[in-house]
Amino acid sequence: MDWLNLIIGFFLANVLGYGGGPASIPLMYNEIVNHYKWMSNEDFSNILALGNSLPGPIATKIAAFVGFDVLGWPGMILALAATIVPSAAALIVLLKLLHKHRQSLVVKGMSLLVQPVIAMMMLLLTWQMADSSIKSSGIWHFLGIAAVAYWAMERKKIHPAFVVCAAFVYGGLVLSHVI
Amino acid sequence: MGMRKGGDYAQLFWAMFKTGVLGFGGGPSVIPLIRHEAVKNYNWIDNDEFGEILALANALPGPIATKMAAYLGYRRKKTLGATVAVLSHILPSALAMIVLMSVVQYLSSSQIVQGMIAGVIPVVAVMLGVMAYEFGEKAIKGLGKAFGIVLFAAAFVLLQLLDVHDAIVIALFLAYGAFHFKLVRKLQERKSKNEASGG
Repeated sequence: MDWLNLIIGFFLANVLGYGGGPASIPLMYNEIVNHYKWMSNEDFSNILALGNSLPGPIATKIAAFVGFDVLGWPGMILALAATIVPSAAALIVLLKLLHKHRQSLVVKGMSLLVQPVIAMMMLLLTWQMADSSIKSSGIWHFLGIAAVAYWAMERKKIHPAFVVCAAFVYGGLVLSHVI
Repeated sequence: MGMRKGGDYAQLFWAMFKTGVLGFGGGPSVIPLIRHEAVKNYNWIDNDEFGEILALANALPGPIATKMAAYLGYRRKKTLGATVAVLSHILPSALAMIVLMSVVQYLSSSQIVQGMIAGVIPVVAVMLGVMAYEFGEKAIKGLGKAFGIVLFAAAFVLLQLLDVHDAIVIALFLAYGAFHFKLVRKLQERKSKNEASGG
């Protein structure tokens, strides 16, 4: 029955997790450690630590590892599918509906009114990132990196991938001695 | 700009692979990278549409970046496109996770890895800040300065001070948005009527 439990556990944890992957982490913990006992508390925190050190979405990394640990490769596929498919399908259906009624004033008004909320959410997220960065690396490192990144991406139009890689190098060489 | 060679699937694969591998820190840090690929690099969608997709993805449960990858893939090439986009977005890091579990202790405590993550956060903050500015500019353009600022303030109060859930705030603004243009038209009619009867 493990295969069914993998589907149900990861489906529930992600369908109830509003606010993206990080919001699903406590719910996944509940299913993985408390409910199905696939892992100990310690195992889970190790996974979380590794998941946070690797790139890419966090919820799918956890699902992939736990699924693999429980049932091998099929388990990985099941856990990933249960995590992704329901909410991705919902997004596709909703956006299709929206596009069908593109010209209606109702839809136009809705698309317009969503802009200030998104702007504010981005701003708050920017603030959180800046705040945590200042706490861990100090304000001068933060301001320096941010200024160079802004100049490179917005003025020089350098692809963000290069800027991210440069920041990795700087962080690995310099910030590792600071934090 | 960038590489536009190759078929649609190759583009989807390459774009989503990059955003999956370069996005440290989970969903939120990936969003500016996805926008860069979808809006600026490949011109699949414009900034407005990106805003709509982001808003809906935020309002729905489940991982955000993965949902956006699925939609962008679907928009280009239906179900197969969605599959290609999602897999290229998540598989590299999911596989790395499985392979690297043996060195977990080393990685999570390594100063160098910690330093690398610390180095990238300010870059992500800049990307998010630029996006915030662009969405704000768009809102002011569509809504006017005064009304736009009122709505920014309302969003700030709800999201930050009252700590209302994102999904609820988006639902509230969408609900009003459904009547916005009707209301604007009514106000304009009343204004012109007043002017006609007054003059």
